[in-house]
Amino acid sequence: MKKKEGFGFLIIKILTAVTVLSFLVIIGFIFFKGIKVMSWSFITKFPENFMTEGGIFPAIVGSFYLVLLSVFFAIVPSVATAIYLNEYSKSRRLARIIKISINNLSAVPSVVYGLFGLGIFVKYLKFGVSMLSGSLTLSIVILPLMISSANEAFMAIPNSLREASMALGATKWFTIKKILLPIAMPSIITGIILSIARAAGETAPILFTAAVFYSPELPHSILSEVMALPYHIYALVTEGTSPEVQVPIAYGASLVLIMLVIILSIAAIVIRERNRRVYDKLGN
Amino acid sequence: MINLATDIAKFQRTEIKNTVKIKTNNLNFYYGEKHVLKNINLDIYKNRVTSIIGPSGCGKSTFIRLINRMNDFISGAKAEGKILLDGKNILDKNINVVKLRRKVGMVFQKPNPFPKSIYENVAYGLYVNGQKKGIDTDKRVIESLKHAALFDEVNERLNDSALSLSGGQQQRLCIARCIAVRPEIILFDEPCASLDPISTSKIEELILKLKDDYTIIIVTHNMQQALRISDYTAFFLMGELVEFDETKKIFENPKDKRTEDYITGKFG
Repeated sequence: MKKKEGFGFLIIKILTAVTVLSFLVIIGFIFFKGIKVMSWSFITKFPENFMTEGGIFPAIVGSFYLVLLSVFFAIVPSVATAIYLNEYSKSRRLARIIKISINNLSAVPSVVYGLFGLGIFVKYLKFGVSMLSGSLTLSIVILPLMISSANEAFMAIPNSLREASMALGATKWFTIKKILLPIAMPSIITGIILSIARAAGETAPILFTAAVFYSPELPHSILSEVMALPYHIYALVTEGTSPEVQVPIAYGASLVLIMLVIILSIAAIVIRERNRRVYDKLGN
Repeated sequence: MINLATDIAKFQRTEIKNTVKIKTNNLNFYYGEKHVLKNINLDIYKNRVTSIIGPSGCGKSTFIRLINRMNDFISGAKAEGKILLDGKNILDKNINVVKLRRKVGMVFQKPNPFPKSIYENVAYGLYVNGQKKGIDTDKRVIESLKHAALFDEVNERLNDSALSLSGGQQQRLCIARCIAVRPEIILFDEPCASLDPISTSKIEELILKLKDDYTIIIVTHNMQQALRISDYTAFFLMGELVEFDETKKIFENPKDKRTEDYITGKFG
Protein backbone atom coordinates (compact mmCIF):
# COMPACT_ATOMS: atom_id res chain seq x y z
CA MET A 1 0.00 0.00 0.00
CA LYS A 2 2.70 2.41 1.11
CA LYS A 3 4.79 1.52 -1.91
CA LYS A 4 1.93 2.06 -4.28
CA GLU A 5 1.29 5.45 -2.77
CA GLY A 6 4.96 6.39 -3.10
CA PHE A 7 4.88 5.43 -6.72
CA GLY A 8 1.79 7.54 -7.33
CA PHE A 9 3.43 10.53 -5.70
CA LEU A 10 6.52 10.02 -7.82
CA ILE A 11 4.45 10.17 -10.99
CA ILE A 12 2.70 13.31 -9.80
CA LYS A 13 6.08 14.86 -8.98
CA ILE A 14 7.49 14.01 -12.39
CA LEU A 15 4.48 15.40 -14.19
CA THR A 16 4.66 18.60 -12.16
CA ALA A 17 8.35 18.88 -12.97
CA VAL A 18 7.63 18.45 -16.68
CA THR A 19 5.09 21.27 -16.54
CA VAL A 20 7.37 23.62 -14.67
CA LEU A 21 10.29 22.68 -16.86
CA SER A 22 8.51 23.33 -20.14
CA PHE A 23 7.48 26.72 -18.81
CA LEU A 24 11.06 27.50 -17.82
CA VAL A 25 12.40 26.26 -21.15
CA ILE A 26 10.03 28.49 -23.10
CA ILE A 27 10.79 31.54 -20.98
CA GLY A 28 14.51 30.77 -20.97
CA PHE A 29 14.60 30.23 -24.72
CA ILE A 30 12.82 33.50 -25.45
CA PHE A 31 14.99 35.25 -22.90
CA PHE A 32 18.33 34.14 -24.30
CA LYS A 33 17.28 34.67 -27.87
CA GLY A 34 15.64 37.99 -27.15
CA ILE A 35 18.23 39.50 -24.84
CA LYS A 36 20.75 39.67 -27.70
CA VAL A 37 18.92 42.50 -29.43
CA MET A 38 17.66 44.08 -26.25
CA SER A 39 18.82 47.60 -25.58
CA TRP A 40 17.36 50.88 -24.51
CA SER A 41 17.07 52.04 -28.10
CA PHE A 42 15.35 48.77 -29.06
CA ILE A 43 12.53 49.67 -26.68
CA THR A 44 12.39 53.39 -27.36
CA LYS A 45 13.08 53.72 -31.10
CA PHE A 46 11.01 53.34 -34.23
CA PRO A 47 11.89 50.56 -36.69
CA GLU A 48 14.38 51.66 -39.31
CA ASN A 49 15.60 50.47 -42.66
CA PHE A 50 12.68 48.23 -43.61
CA MET A 51 12.46 46.63 -40.19
CA THR A 52 16.04 45.46 -40.16
CA GLU A 53 17.25 47.98 -37.60
CA GLY A 54 15.94 50.27 -34.93
CA GLY A 55 13.42 49.48 -32.24
CA ILE A 56 9.88 48.40 -31.66
CA PHE A 57 8.57 51.34 -29.69
CA PRO A 58 5.35 51.89 -31.68
CA ALA A 59 4.45 48.21 -31.37
CA ILE A 60 4.86 48.37 -27.58
CA VAL A 61 2.71 51.46 -27.37
CA GLY A 62 0.14 49.93 -29.70
CA SER A 63 -0.13 46.71 -27.70
CA PHE A 64 -0.36 48.66 -24.47
CA TYR A 65 -3.25 50.74 -25.79
CA LEU A 66 -5.03 47.74 -27.28
CA VAL A 67 -4.86 45.81 -24.00
CA LEU A 68 -6.04 48.71 -21.87
CA LEU A 69 -8.87 49.62 -24.21
CA SER A 70 -10.09 46.05 -24.59
CA VAL A 71 -10.16 45.52 -20.82
CA PHE A 72 -11.91 48.86 -20.47
CA PHE A 73 -14.58 47.86 -22.99
CA ALA A 74 -15.08 44.39 -21.51
CA ILE A 75 -15.25 45.28 -17.84
CA VAL A 76 -18.72 46.81 -17.58
CA PRO A 77 -20.58 44.27 -19.74
CA SER A 78 -18.91 41.34 -17.99
CA VAL A 79 -19.68 42.55 -14.48
CA ALA A 80 -23.20 43.45 -15.56
CA THR A 81 -23.70 39.96 -16.98
CA ALA A 82 -22.44 38.35 -13.79
CA ILE A 83 -24.77 40.54 -11.73
CA TYR A 84 -27.70 39.70 -13.95
CA LEU A 85 -27.01 35.97 -13.84
CA ASN A 86 -26.67 35.85 -10.07
CA GLU A 87 -28.88 38.59 -8.73
CA TYR A 88 -31.66 39.28 -11.19
CA SER A 89 -32.29 36.33 -13.47
CA LYS A 90 -35.33 34.50 -12.15
CA SER A 91 -35.42 31.75 -14.75
CA ARG A 92 -32.77 29.13 -14.18
CA ARG A 93 -33.14 27.93 -17.76
CA LEU A 94 -32.39 31.34 -19.20
CA ALA A 95 -29.37 31.67 -16.92
CA ARG A 96 -28.14 28.29 -18.11
CA ILE A 97 -28.58 29.20 -21.74
CA ILE A 98 -26.60 32.39 -21.16
CA LYS A 99 -23.85 30.46 -19.38
CA ILE A 100 -23.63 27.89 -22.16
CA SER A 101 -23.40 30.61 -24.80
CA ILE A 102 -20.63 32.31 -22.86
CA ASN A 103 -18.69 29.06 -22.63
CA ASN A 104 -19.16 28.48 -26.32
CA LEU A 105 -17.96 31.97 -26.99
CA SER A 106 -14.63 31.09 -25.40
CA ALA A 107 -14.32 28.08 -27.72
CA VAL A 108 -14.58 30.15 -30.88
CA PRO A 109 -11.21 30.27 -32.72
CA SER A 110 -9.72 33.72 -32.48
CA VAL A 111 -9.40 34.18 -36.22
CA VAL A 112 -13.18 33.96 -36.42
CA TYR A 113 -13.38 36.88 -34.02
CA GLY A 114 -11.00 38.66 -36.32
CA LEU A 115 -13.32 38.16 -39.26
CA PHE A 116 -16.29 39.19 -37.15
CA GLY A 117 -14.48 42.37 -36.14
CA LEU A 118 -13.63 43.07 -39.75
CA GLY A 119 -17.24 42.64 -40.81
CA ILE A 120 -18.90 44.52 -37.95
CA PHE A 121 -16.51 47.13 -36.58
CA VAL A 122 -14.28 47.86 -39.55
CA LYS A 123 -16.82 47.67 -42.37
CA TYR A 124 -20.35 47.94 -41.04
CA LEU A 125 -19.78 50.49 -38.28
CA LYS A 126 -17.09 52.13 -40.41
CA PHE A 127 -14.50 52.36 -37.63
CA GLY A 128 -11.94 51.31 -40.21
CA VAL A 129 -8.76 49.45 -39.36
CA SER A 130 -8.20 51.17 -36.02
CA MET A 131 -7.43 50.77 -32.35
CA LEU A 132 -11.15 51.08 -31.73
CA SER A 133 -12.05 48.16 -34.00
CA GLY A 134 -9.16 46.06 -32.71
CA SER A 135 -9.82 46.64 -29.04
CA LEU A 136 -13.54 46.04 -29.44
CA THR A 137 -12.75 42.74 -31.15
CA LEU A 138 -10.27 41.84 -28.42
CA SER A 139 -12.81 42.76 -25.77
CA ILE A 140 -15.16 40.13 -27.20
CA VAL A 141 -12.33 37.62 -27.07
CA ILE A 142 -11.72 38.26 -23.37
CA LEU A 143 -15.38 38.67 -22.45
CA PRO A 144 -16.00 34.99 -21.56
CA LEU A 145 -12.94 34.95 -19.33
CA MET A 146 -13.99 38.08 -17.49
CA ILE A 147 -17.61 37.02 -17.20
CA SER A 148 -16.75 33.64 -15.75
CA SER A 149 -14.41 35.03 -13.12
CA ALA A 150 -16.93 37.70 -12.13
CA ASN A 151 -19.71 35.14 -12.19
CA GLU A 152 -17.83 32.78 -9.91
CA ALA A 153 -17.14 35.64 -7.53
CA PHE A 154 -20.83 36.43 -7.17
CA MET A 155 -21.75 32.75 -6.96
CA ALA A 156 -19.33 32.26 -4.08
CA ILE A 157 -20.95 34.93 -1.94
CA PRO A 158 -23.15 33.20 0.63
CA ASN A 159 -26.83 33.98 0.40
CA SER A 160 -26.88 34.83 4.08
CA LEU A 161 -25.16 38.14 3.31
CA ARG A 162 -27.79 39.07 0.75
CA GLU A 163 -30.48 38.18 3.26
CA ALA A 164 -28.79 40.18 6.00
CA SER A 165 -28.75 43.25 3.82
CA MET A 166 -32.31 42.85 2.54
CA ALA A 167 -33.58 42.24 6.06
CA LEU A 168 -32.23 45.66 7.01
CA GLY A 169 -34.43 47.20 4.34
CA ALA A 170 -31.78 47.55 1.67
CA THR A 171 -32.83 47.38 -1.94
CA LYS A 172 -31.24 44.89 -4.28
CA TRP A 173 -29.18 47.57 -5.97
CA PHE A 174 -27.91 48.96 -2.66
CA THR A 175 -26.94 45.43 -1.62
CA ILE A 176 -25.05 44.89 -4.86
CA LYS A 177 -23.27 48.21 -4.61
CA LYS A 178 -22.29 48.12 -0.97
CA ILE A 179 -21.93 44.44 -0.15
CA LEU A 180 -21.62 42.19 -3.17
CA LEU A 181 -19.42 44.20 -5.54
CA PRO A 182 -16.73 44.92 -2.94
CA ILE A 183 -16.60 41.22 -2.06
CA ALA A 184 -16.44 40.21 -5.71
CA MET A 185 -13.79 42.79 -6.62
CA PRO A 186 -10.63 40.70 -6.07
CA SER A 187 -11.99 37.94 -8.32
CA ILE A 188 -13.02 40.45 -10.95
CA ILE A 189 -9.48 41.81 -10.93
CA THR A 190 -8.11 38.27 -11.27
CA GLY A 191 -10.24 37.99 -14.39
CA ILE A 192 -8.68 41.22 -15.64
CA ILE A 193 -5.18 39.85 -15.05
CA LEU A 194 -5.92 36.74 -17.10
CA SER A 195 -7.52 38.88 -19.76
CA ILE A 196 -4.51 41.15 -20.04
CA ALA A 197 -2.31 38.21 -20.93
CA ARG A 198 -4.85 36.93 -23.41
CA ALA A 199 -5.48 40.28 -25.08
CA ALA A 200 -1.79 41.12 -25.32
CA GLY A 201 -0.94 37.84 -26.97
CA GLU A 202 -3.73 37.48 -29.50
CA THR A 203 -2.75 38.06 -33.11
CA ALA A 204 -5.66 36.89 -35.21
CA PRO A 205 -8.34 39.24 -33.80
CA ILE A 206 -6.23 42.32 -34.56
CA LEU A 207 -4.89 41.03 -37.85
CA PHE A 208 -7.67 42.55 -39.95
CA THR A 209 -9.02 45.06 -37.48
CA ALA A 210 -6.23 47.15 -36.01
CA ALA A 211 -2.69 46.16 -36.80
CA VAL A 212 -0.38 47.46 -39.47
CA PHE A 213 3.07 46.24 -40.36
CA TYR A 214 4.64 49.63 -40.19
CA SER A 215 3.48 52.99 -39.01
CA PRO A 216 5.71 56.03 -39.11
CA GLU A 217 4.04 57.61 -36.11
CA LEU A 218 2.34 56.76 -32.85
CA PRO A 219 -1.46 56.49 -32.90
CA HIS A 220 -2.99 59.89 -32.30
CA SER A 221 -6.58 58.80 -31.76
CA ILE A 222 -8.53 55.62 -31.20
CA LEU A 223 -9.36 55.69 -34.89
CA SER A 224 -5.71 55.36 -35.88
CA GLU A 225 -4.29 52.07 -36.98
CA VAL A 226 -1.51 50.76 -34.78
CA MET A 227 1.46 48.49 -34.69
CA ALA A 228 1.17 45.72 -32.13
CA LEU A 229 3.72 43.28 -30.74
CA PRO A 230 2.15 39.94 -31.68
CA TYR A 231 1.46 41.09 -35.21
CA HIS A 232 4.91 42.62 -35.47
CA ILE A 233 6.45 39.28 -34.51
CA TYR A 234 4.25 37.46 -36.99
CA ALA A 235 5.06 39.86 -39.80
CA LEU A 236 8.80 39.85 -39.16
CA VAL A 237 8.96 36.08 -39.28
CA THR A 238 6.65 35.49 -42.24
CA GLU A 239 7.09 38.51 -44.44
CA GLY A 240 10.54 39.75 -43.65
CA THR A 241 12.97 40.16 -46.49
CA SER A 242 16.12 39.59 -44.51
CA PRO A 243 15.40 36.93 -41.90
CA GLU A 244 18.96 36.83 -40.55
CA VAL A 245 18.44 40.23 -38.85
CA GLN A 246 14.65 40.24 -38.56
CA VAL A 247 14.15 36.94 -36.73
CA PRO A 248 16.34 38.08 -33.80
CA ILE A 249 14.23 41.25 -33.66
CA ALA A 250 11.16 39.03 -33.48
CA TYR A 251 12.67 37.25 -30.46
CA GLY A 252 13.38 40.58 -28.88
CA ALA A 253 9.79 41.63 -29.48
CA SER A 254 8.58 38.37 -27.91
CA LEU A 255 10.60 39.04 -24.81
CA VAL A 256 9.17 42.54 -24.60
CA LEU A 257 5.66 41.17 -25.05
CA ILE A 258 6.14 38.75 -22.17
CA MET A 259 7.52 41.54 -20.03
CA LEU A 260 4.63 43.80 -20.93
CA VAL A 261 2.17 41.12 -19.80
CA ILE A 262 4.11 40.57 -16.58
CA ILE A 263 4.25 44.29 -15.80
CA LEU A 264 0.54 44.83 -16.46
CA SER A 265 -0.32 41.74 -14.41
CA ILE A 266 1.82 42.87 -11.50
CA ALA A 267 0.07 46.24 -11.58
CA ALA A 268 -3.30 44.49 -11.43
CA ILE A 269 -2.13 42.20 -8.63
CA VAL A 270 -0.95 45.20 -6.62
CA ILE A 271 -4.34 46.85 -7.06
CA ARG A 272 -6.08 43.63 -6.05
CA GLU A 273 -3.99 43.16 -2.92
CA ARG A 274 -4.46 46.77 -1.88
CA ASN A 275 -8.16 46.33 -2.43
CA ARG A 276 -8.19 43.19 -0.30
CA ARG A 277 -6.23 44.77 2.49
CA VAL A 278 -8.40 47.84 2.72
CA TYR A 279 -11.40 45.61 2.60
CA ASP A 280 -10.23 43.26 5.33
CA LYS A 281 -8.90 45.82 7.74
CA LEU A 282 -10.89 48.97 7.32
CA GLY A 283 -14.02 47.30 6.23
CA ASN A 284 -14.79 49.03 2.98
CA MET B 1 -32.06 48.26 45.45
CA ILE B 2 -31.68 48.05 41.70
CA ASN B 3 -33.06 44.54 41.78
CA LEU B 4 -36.08 45.75 43.59
CA ALA B 5 -36.63 48.45 40.99
CA THR B 6 -36.44 46.00 38.11
CA ASP B 7 -38.72 43.63 39.96
CA ILE B 8 -41.27 46.34 40.36
CA ALA B 9 -40.89 47.25 36.70
CA LYS B 10 -41.41 43.64 35.76
CA PHE B 11 -44.44 43.40 37.94
CA GLN B 12 -45.89 46.49 36.39
CA ARG B 13 -45.30 45.19 32.93
CA THR B 14 -47.06 41.95 33.55
CA GLU B 15 -49.96 43.95 34.81
CA ILE B 16 -50.16 45.92 31.58
CA LYS B 17 -52.75 44.40 29.37
CA ASN B 18 -51.45 42.59 26.32
CA THR B 19 -51.82 44.53 23.13
CA VAL B 20 -51.82 42.66 19.87
CA LYS B 21 -48.95 43.69 17.61
CA ILE B 22 -49.31 41.08 14.91
CA LYS B 23 -52.39 39.10 14.05
CA THR B 24 -52.54 36.41 11.41
CA ASN B 25 -55.84 35.61 9.78
CA ASN B 26 -56.27 32.23 8.07
CA LEU B 27 -52.70 32.36 6.88
CA ASN B 28 -51.77 29.76 4.27
CA PHE B 29 -48.48 29.38 2.50
CA TYR B 30 -47.42 27.23 -0.43
CA TYR B 31 -44.10 26.36 -2.04
CA GLY B 32 -45.38 25.34 -5.43
CA GLU B 33 -47.67 22.39 -4.72
CA LYS B 34 -46.50 21.98 -1.15
CA HIS B 35 -48.85 23.35 1.48
CA VAL B 36 -46.39 24.58 4.09
CA LEU B 37 -48.56 26.61 6.45
CA LYS B 38 -52.18 25.68 7.04
CA ASN B 39 -54.70 28.16 8.29
CA ILE B 40 -52.61 29.85 10.93
CA ASN B 41 -54.47 32.16 13.31
CA LEU B 42 -52.11 33.59 15.84
CA ASP B 43 -51.72 36.76 17.90
CA ILE B 44 -48.32 38.15 18.76
CA TYR B 45 -48.33 40.55 21.70
CA LYS B 46 -46.42 43.76 21.92
CA ASN B 47 -43.28 43.77 24.10
CA ARG B 48 -43.51 40.08 24.69
CA VAL B 49 -41.26 37.25 23.65
CA THR B 50 -43.14 34.65 21.65
CA SER B 51 -41.35 31.45 20.81
CA ILE B 52 -42.25 29.20 17.96
CA ILE B 53 -41.39 25.58 18.58
CA GLY B 54 -41.86 22.41 16.59
CA PRO B 55 -39.91 19.70 14.77
CA SER B 56 -37.84 20.45 11.67
CA GLY B 57 -39.91 21.17 8.59
CA CYS B 58 -43.01 22.19 10.52
CA GLY B 59 -43.04 25.65 8.98
CA LYS B 60 -41.60 27.67 11.88
CA SER B 61 -39.00 29.50 9.85
CA THR B 62 -41.35 29.93 6.94
CA PHE B 63 -43.80 31.56 9.31
CA ILE B 64 -41.47 34.19 10.70
CA ARG B 65 -39.97 34.86 7.28
CA LEU B 66 -43.42 35.88 6.15
CA ILE B 67 -43.50 38.65 8.71
CA ASN B 68 -40.64 40.52 7.00
CA ARG B 69 -41.48 39.08 3.59
CA MET B 70 -38.16 37.27 3.21
CA ASN B 71 -39.99 34.52 1.37
CA ASP B 72 -40.57 36.91 -1.51
CA PHE B 73 -37.30 35.78 -3.07
CA ILE B 74 -38.42 32.19 -3.42
CA SER B 75 -39.95 31.49 -6.79
CA GLY B 76 -43.20 29.59 -6.71
CA ALA B 77 -44.02 30.75 -3.19
CA LYS B 78 -47.55 31.93 -2.52
CA ALA B 79 -49.19 33.28 0.61
CA GLU B 80 -52.92 33.52 1.30
CA GLY B 81 -54.78 35.10 4.17
CA LYS B 82 -53.64 38.07 6.17
CA ILE B 83 -50.88 39.12 8.48
CA LEU B 84 -51.96 42.27 10.24
CA LEU B 85 -49.19 44.40 11.67
CA ASP B 86 -50.79 47.18 13.71
CA GLY B 87 -53.94 46.39 11.76
CA LYS B 88 -52.35 46.67 8.33
CA ASN B 89 -52.08 43.64 6.08
CA ILE B 90 -48.41 43.24 5.22
CA LEU B 91 -49.08 40.58 2.61
CA ASP B 92 -50.83 43.21 0.55
CA LYS B 93 -49.26 43.72 -2.87
CA ASN B 94 -49.02 47.47 -2.34
CA ILE B 95 -47.05 47.26 0.85
CA ASN B 96 -43.58 48.80 0.68
CA VAL B 97 -41.42 45.81 1.52
CA VAL B 98 -38.33 47.91 2.10
CA LYS B 99 -40.17 50.02 4.68
CA LEU B 100 -41.66 46.92 6.25
CA ARG B 101 -38.21 45.42 6.75
CA ARG B 102 -37.07 48.54 8.53
CA LYS B 103 -39.88 47.96 10.98
CA VAL B 104 -39.33 44.23 11.28
CA GLY B 105 -35.71 43.32 11.92
CA MET B 106 -34.29 39.83 11.68
CA VAL B 107 -31.47 37.87 13.26
CA PHE B 108 -30.54 34.70 11.44
CA GLN B 109 -29.60 31.18 12.41
CA LYS B 110 -25.95 31.59 11.56
CA PRO B 111 -24.27 34.87 12.43
CA ASN B 112 -23.94 36.69 9.11
CA PRO B 113 -21.93 39.86 9.64
CA PHE B 114 -20.73 41.60 6.50
CA PRO B 115 -17.02 41.28 5.78
CA LYS B 116 -16.60 44.87 6.87
CA SER B 117 -15.49 46.54 10.06
CA ILE B 118 -17.48 46.19 13.28
CA TYR B 119 -18.47 49.84 13.00
CA GLU B 120 -19.55 49.56 9.37
CA ASN B 121 -21.67 46.52 10.14
CA VAL B 122 -23.75 48.39 12.68
CA ALA B 123 -23.86 51.55 10.59
CA TYR B 124 -24.97 49.67 7.47
CA GLY B 125 -28.66 49.81 8.27
CA LEU B 126 -28.34 53.55 8.88
CA TYR B 127 -26.68 54.02 5.50
CA VAL B 128 -29.53 52.05 4.00
CA ASN B 129 -31.84 54.66 5.43
CA GLY B 130 -29.84 57.39 3.78
CA GLN B 131 -27.98 58.51 6.89
CA LYS B 132 -24.42 59.70 6.29
CA LYS B 133 -21.28 59.16 8.29
CA GLY B 134 -21.00 61.58 11.16
CA ILE B 135 -21.58 62.14 14.83
CA ASP B 136 -25.18 60.98 14.69
CA THR B 137 -24.15 57.71 13.11
CA ASP B 138 -21.29 57.29 15.59
CA LYS B 139 -23.68 57.83 18.47
CA ARG B 140 -26.20 55.36 17.16
CA VAL B 141 -23.53 52.73 16.49
CA ILE B 142 -22.17 52.98 20.01
CA GLU B 143 -25.64 53.01 21.53
CA SER B 144 -26.62 49.92 19.55
CA LEU B 145 -23.45 48.06 20.49
CA LYS B 146 -24.10 48.89 24.15
CA HIS B 147 -27.65 47.75 23.81
CA ALA B 148 -26.47 44.47 22.34
CA ALA B 149 -24.03 44.02 25.27
CA LEU B 150 -21.07 43.99 22.93
CA PHE B 151 -19.61 47.46 23.32
CA ASP B 152 -17.21 46.67 26.16
CA GLU B 153 -15.69 43.84 24.19
CA VAL B 154 -15.13 45.74 20.95
CA ASN B 155 -14.83 49.29 22.17
CA GLU B 156 -11.14 49.56 21.26
CA ARG B 157 -11.32 47.93 17.86
CA LEU B 158 -14.39 49.24 16.12
CA ASN B 159 -12.44 49.39 12.87
CA ASP B 160 -11.37 45.75 12.97
CA SER B 161 -13.05 43.29 10.69
CA ALA B 162 -16.25 41.85 12.08
CA LEU B 163 -14.98 38.46 11.01
CA SER B 164 -12.31 38.62 13.70
CA LEU B 165 -15.01 38.25 16.36
CA SER B 166 -16.06 34.94 17.90
CA GLY B 167 -19.32 33.32 16.82
CA GLY B 168 -21.23 34.58 19.85
CA GLN B 169 -19.85 38.09 19.45
CA GLN B 170 -20.74 38.01 15.77
CA GLN B 171 -24.30 37.11 16.63
CA ARG B 172 -24.52 39.97 19.13
CA LEU B 173 -23.09 42.22 16.43
CA CYS B 174 -25.90 41.09 14.14
CA ILE B 175 -28.35 42.00 16.90
CA ALA B 176 -26.70 45.41 17.25
CA ARG B 177 -26.93 45.86 13.49
CA CYS B 178 -30.59 44.99 13.66
CA ILE B 179 -31.50 47.33 16.52
CA ALA B 180 -29.50 50.21 15.08
CA VAL B 181 -32.34 50.92 12.67
CA ARG B 182 -34.81 50.86 15.58
CA PRO B 183 -37.29 48.29 14.37
CA GLU B 184 -40.51 47.57 16.25
CA ILE B 185 -40.30 43.84 15.94
CA ILE B 186 -37.29 41.53 15.93
CA LEU B 187 -37.48 38.06 14.44
CA PHE B 188 -34.95 35.56 15.70
CA ASP B 189 -34.53 32.47 13.56
CA GLU B 190 -32.81 29.96 15.85
CA PRO B 191 -30.23 32.56 16.86
CA CYS B 192 -28.26 30.20 19.08
CA ALA B 193 -28.22 27.15 16.83
CA SER B 194 -24.52 27.49 16.09
CA LEU B 195 -23.37 28.88 19.42
CA ASP B 196 -21.78 27.40 22.54
CA PRO B 197 -23.68 27.43 25.86
CA ILE B 198 -22.01 30.55 27.25
CA SER B 199 -22.68 32.58 24.12
CA THR B 200 -26.19 31.19 24.11
CA SER B 201 -26.90 32.38 27.62
CA LYS B 202 -25.57 35.83 26.74
CA ILE B 203 -27.95 36.03 23.79
CA GLU B 204 -30.84 34.83 25.93
CA GLU B 205 -30.13 37.47 28.55
CA LEU B 206 -30.03 40.03 25.82
CA ILE B 207 -33.35 38.94 24.36
CA LEU B 208 -34.97 39.26 27.78
CA LYS B 209 -33.67 42.81 28.00
CA LEU B 210 -34.71 43.69 24.48
CA LYS B 211 -38.36 42.92 25.06
CA ASP B 212 -38.71 46.20 26.94
CA ASP B 213 -38.38 47.98 23.63
CA TYR B 214 -39.27 45.43 21.01
CA THR B 215 -41.77 42.77 20.19
CA ILE B 216 -39.84 39.55 19.81
CA ILE B 217 -40.54 36.35 17.96
CA ILE B 218 -38.03 33.56 18.26
CA VAL B 219 -37.90 30.26 16.48
CA THR B 220 -36.12 27.67 18.54
CA HIS B 221 -35.41 23.97 18.61
CA ASN B 222 -34.43 24.21 22.21
CA MET B 223 -37.40 23.73 24.49
CA GLN B 224 -35.49 24.84 27.56
CA GLN B 225 -34.71 28.05 25.76
CA ALA B 226 -38.36 28.65 24.94
CA LEU B 227 -39.19 28.04 28.59
CA ARG B 228 -36.43 30.33 29.83
CA ILE B 229 -37.06 33.38 27.72
CA SER B 230 -40.52 33.44 26.24
CA ASP B 231 -43.82 34.70 27.56
CA TYR B 232 -45.84 32.90 24.93
CA THR B 233 -45.22 29.76 22.96
CA ALA B 234 -46.71 28.51 19.74
CA PHE B 235 -46.32 24.86 18.82
CA PHE B 236 -46.28 24.12 15.10
CA LEU B 237 -46.60 20.66 13.60
CA MET B 238 -46.61 19.85 9.91
CA GLY B 239 -47.70 23.34 8.97
CA GLU B 240 -50.44 23.59 11.53
CA LEU B 241 -50.57 25.68 14.65
CA VAL B 242 -51.38 23.00 17.20
CA GLU B 243 -51.37 25.08 20.33
CA PHE B 244 -50.67 28.62 21.42
CA ASP B 245 -50.67 29.85 24.98
CA GLU B 246 -48.60 31.31 27.76
CA THR B 247 -45.30 29.48 27.83
CA LYS B 248 -45.91 28.25 31.37
CA LYS B 249 -49.20 26.68 30.43
CA ILE B 250 -47.79 25.06 27.30
CA PHE B 251 -45.02 23.41 29.24
CA GLU B 252 -46.86 22.58 32.46
CA ASN B 253 -50.27 21.81 31.20
CA PRO B 254 -50.54 21.39 27.44
CA LYS B 255 -54.05 20.91 26.16
CA ASP B 256 -53.16 18.94 23.08
CA LYS B 257 -51.71 15.45 23.25
CA ARG B 258 -49.30 16.22 20.38
CA THR B 259 -47.89 19.21 22.22
CA GLU B 260 -47.32 17.08 25.29
CA ASP B 261 -45.60 14.37 23.27
CA TYR B 262 -43.33 16.91 21.64
CA ILE B 263 -42.26 18.75 24.77
CA THR B 264 -41.71 15.53 26.66
CA GLY B 265 -39.45 14.39 23.87
CA LYS B 266 -41.55 11.53 22.50
CA PHE B 267 -40.82 12.79 18.98
CA GLY B 268 -39.11 15.63 17.26
